[in-house]
Amino acid sequence: MNSATLNGLGWEDNAPAVGRVLEPGLDTSHKVILYLEDISVSFDGFKALNNLSLAIDAGELRCIIGPNGAGKTTMMDVITGKTRPDTGTCFFGQTIDLTRLTEPEIAHTGIGRKFQKPTVFENHTVFENLELAMKTDKGALKSLFAWLDREGRDRISDTLRLIRLDGEADRQAGLLSHGQKQWLEIGMLLMQEPKLLLLDEPVAGMTDDETERTGELFKSLAGKHSLVVVEHDMAFIEQLGGKVTVLHEGSVLAEGDLATVQADPRVVEVYLGR
Amino acid sequence: MTTDTMRTPLTLRFLNAMPRTGWIAMAVFAAITLVIMPALHLFVSPDSALHVSGYVITLGGKILCYAIVAVAMDLIWGYAGILSLGHGLFFALGGYAFGMYLMRQIGRDGSYQSDLPDFMVFLDWKELPWYWAGSDSFVFSLLLVLALPAVVAYVFGYFAFRSRIKGVYFSIITQALTFAAMLLFFRNETGFGGNNGFTDFKRILGYDITSPEMRATLFALSALVLMFTLLLGRYLTTSKYGRVLAAIRDAESRVMFIGYNPLHYKLFIWVLSAVLCGIAGALYVPQVGIINPGEMSPANSIELAIWVAVGGRGTLIGPVIGAGLVNLFKSVFTVAFPEYWLFFLGALFVGVTLWLPEGVVGLWKRIRNRGAA
Repeated sequence: MNSATLNGLGWEDNAPAVGRVLEPGLDTSHKVILYLEDISVSFDGFKALNNLSLAIDAGELRCIIGPNGAGKTTMMDVITGKTRPDTGTCFFGQTIDLTRLTEPEIAHTGIGRKFQKPTVFENHTVFENLELAMKTDKGALKSLFAWLDREGRDRISDTLRLIRLDGEADRQAGLLSHGQKQWLEIGMLLMQEPKLLLLDEPVAGMTDDETERTGELFKSLAGKHSLVVVEHDMAFIEQLGGKVTVLHEGSVLAEGDLATVQADPRVVEVYLGR
Repeated sequence: MTTDTMRTPLTLRFLNAMPRTGWIAMAVFAAITLVIMPALHLFVSPDSALHVSGYVITLGGKILCYAIVAVAMDLIWGYAGILSLGHGLFFALGGYAFGMYLMRQIGRDGSYQSDLPDFMVFLDWKELPWYWAGSDSFVFSLLLVLALPAVVAYVFGYFAFRSRIKGVYFSIITQALTFAAMLLFFRNETGFGGNNGFTDFKRILGYDITSPEMRATLFALSALVLMFTLLLGRYLTTSKYGRVLAAIRDAESRVMFIGYNPLHYKLFIWVLSAVLCGIAGALYVPQVGIINPGEMSPANSIELAIWVAVGGRGTLIGPVIGAGLVNLFKSVFTVAFPEYWLFFLGALFVGVTLWLPEGVVGLWKRIRNRGAA
């Protein structure tokens, strides 16, 4: 489904709301989980995003590629509320307008983000990192009296095994290797139980073996979760096998499976220069 | 979800918050400050070598109050990474709130034998300003001691944290805040005694404020509040709340992206810290017998940060040691070489920053680790 056929499926202010009461929470009844339309962001005159339109289906695994400065990270900033777009709309499901929410509120609606540079809490243990990320009531008063129950411990143990850090639970996260930090951050993301995962260069700095395992993990997550992966590693993207979107100068240049995109002369030109 | 694990008694969690050595140290401290020191002051004759003089009790009480402030400062600086250079303001507000009660307790025993405090007679005021209403009530004054710093801290903190003001900018604004308050309190028209502040206190609840019993009581109360502050701090910093707070200190944006709103986390510890300072101020004023706007001067708040840095940030016990050490030095130094004290203090700060970034407690840990290795 490309963005043209999606026109009309998205939220419209004048759409007659007949026969269905809007329910709070994520509504993916039209298959789309994330819907960006005509997003523009400029920093001091530099257009980081230029009328970007993009739609991600529920359960999809989408890869985003593009040369440096194409706007990949800015796009993630817009989705997670870090940057407000100058123009355009950004919807999570049919009903949630992300441009009106703060970062924590967006996290609560079900969007998790992994940063380009792995950011874990270096002074906390691996276990505590996962504990803090776990989906729960995150109010300050609640945390004052929060006590980890058995169910929570089990969930953390499961995640520790999944990210292969079960032997490092009590180690300070700052002492982990680069690849392990990447895994820990992915684990933190999973603890949040997000519906949409945004992953900015998740395999940077990983060994080939680690990269392949990460690919397997992501493929197993797709379907239940939706994933948006920004990567430069073409072998990894090939392994993931999802649809690929090429960004260039803040807008979508090409979209399709990897082979089609790689054969596109405009994409070749952008990557190899004129 | 099993109910048995969910309902671990709060008391047990509180006990588990501190290792056994911590509880033993606390018990020893309690025995010394609540029993031995007051007893040696009250029941041993002044001629005996074991007698603890009124000077020592008052100096000790003063340092205990400073220690409370230092721990409050550590909660916000060491654990939340927010350096306030205006914490003296909350200390002074608590002091002034209780000072108003102390002024009213003078009654007609002032120099002018008036119902009004002396400085108001001097200004030719005929009645108490409206904001002195209720200051004759002990209970109301105690509430004011808690509420005044809390409200000021809440309003200031809400806007500062909501606007995401951090780091040096926050420190500078807090310094400006306390400086502005000092200028305000210096004015006679403000109604708090101008640059002389409040002094010449006579009694609390009708009891003579200079009696040995009152001194011992205030000393013991200060020690109690310090112990309470340490326990509370220990509970907070080992709770999930404390872990989130430390995470905010280390990587705030990451915390936001996993769904925590830092505003409420910062605001809670900020207001709590201010209230603890207010309580310390209220205990301090009757022991030293004076409160004036000098307590709000930026230099005082900076000195406070030095105590915490010397003792060791983020350790709770470190600031107690830091406050004790620096103030003992100060008591000796300002008598022996009064003109060099500030130079010494400055050198101390530079030295600690360069060679002891984790303070005295960090040094102790390093020595112990070396011994173990």
